[in-house]
Amino acid sequence: MARRALIALLAALALLAPATAFAAPARTTLPDVEDEVMCVLCGTALNVADSAQADRERAFIEAEIAKGKTKAQVKQALVAEYGPQVLGTPEGGGFDWAAWVVPSLVVLALIGGLIFLVPRWRRRSGTMDSAAPTLATPALSAAEARRLEEDIARYDR
Amino acid sequence: MKRNAVPLVAILAAAALIGLLVYGVASRGENRTLDDAVSKGQRPAAPDRPLPVLGGAGQRSLANYRGKPVVLNFWASWCTPCRQEAPLLESAQKRLAAKGGTVLGVTFRDASPDSQAFVRKFKLTYPSLRDVSGQLAKAYGTRALPETFVLDGQGRVTAINRGPVSKDFLDTALTQVGV
Repeated sequence: MARRALIALLAALALLAPATAFAAPARTTLPDVEDEVMCVLCGTALNVADSAQADRERAFIEAEIAKGKTKAQVKQALVAEYGPQVLGTPEGGGFDWAAWVVPSLVVLALIGGLIFLVPRWRRRSGTMDSAAPTLATPALSAAEARRLEEDIARYDR
Repeated sequence: MKRNAVPLVAILAAAALIGLLVYGVASRGENRTLDDAVSKGQRPAAPDRPLPVLGGAGQRSLANYRGKPVVLNFWASWCTPCRQEAPLLESAQKRLAAKGGTVLGVTFRDASPDSQAFVRKFKLTYPSLRDVSGQLAKAYGTRALPETFVLDGQGRVTAINRGPVSKDFLDTALTQVGV
């Protein structure tokens, strides 16, 4: 009985899998698009832009969404109307390469720094750990231990 | 030695970043090539590239108007001064058309439905192209709209007006190109 149920479940999954894989992407929304595109006049992201041009771009996006377009298609339509600058990504020519190269170099430098510094920190903290007990807990003499016990007993009262 | 290397690398990295910043600022300066040439009395060749026609099919470029004077005007529906100068450009179009020339609009960062609504509103009869990539505007050093360039029949820039055109500017510039 259980075996049959398992076979039925697997068969159902096998049938559903291709349908899920090729299912049309979900329809997008204005907030989903406007935080990824620019107001071409304001020079800010559309979701924080407050101008007549920003409102025009929002109306354009809503009209495209109403046509049933996906997010990628809406962005494509925006580029066709307003140019690639609407995406707010560097165009790749001249100085724009720096926008890609500089962050990559910074990340590489940070990784290099960590690779260089982490073993040093670990060595240093290892040395401190082994030295710590001798520094932190000096041995008590019998007289000092007795006095300590008496003090604790007095405070407990 | 190793201890001294870290601050040295940090200083070099900071210097490289500052150098990059300076280069970026310098390379993004205004393109005044055409203005400088025209102010010296020269007639530099007008930058050209094929662009899609607003509200029409196919592409067109300045080369299609070679042999005729052209008033090239960068505009957009969102540009307030463009509304002021639209009637002046339309009357210049009538004058140019009589001599075989034309005003040629170029829209910049404007959606075509908005541009077409602008054309209908101001009853513009001259053609406009769509500079979607902004590359033509860049070649003309356009940074703010409207901007107007008067070209002679050989496709050379004879007059430039960065800002809304006046009747005086158009009269003088059109006379210079024989209109």
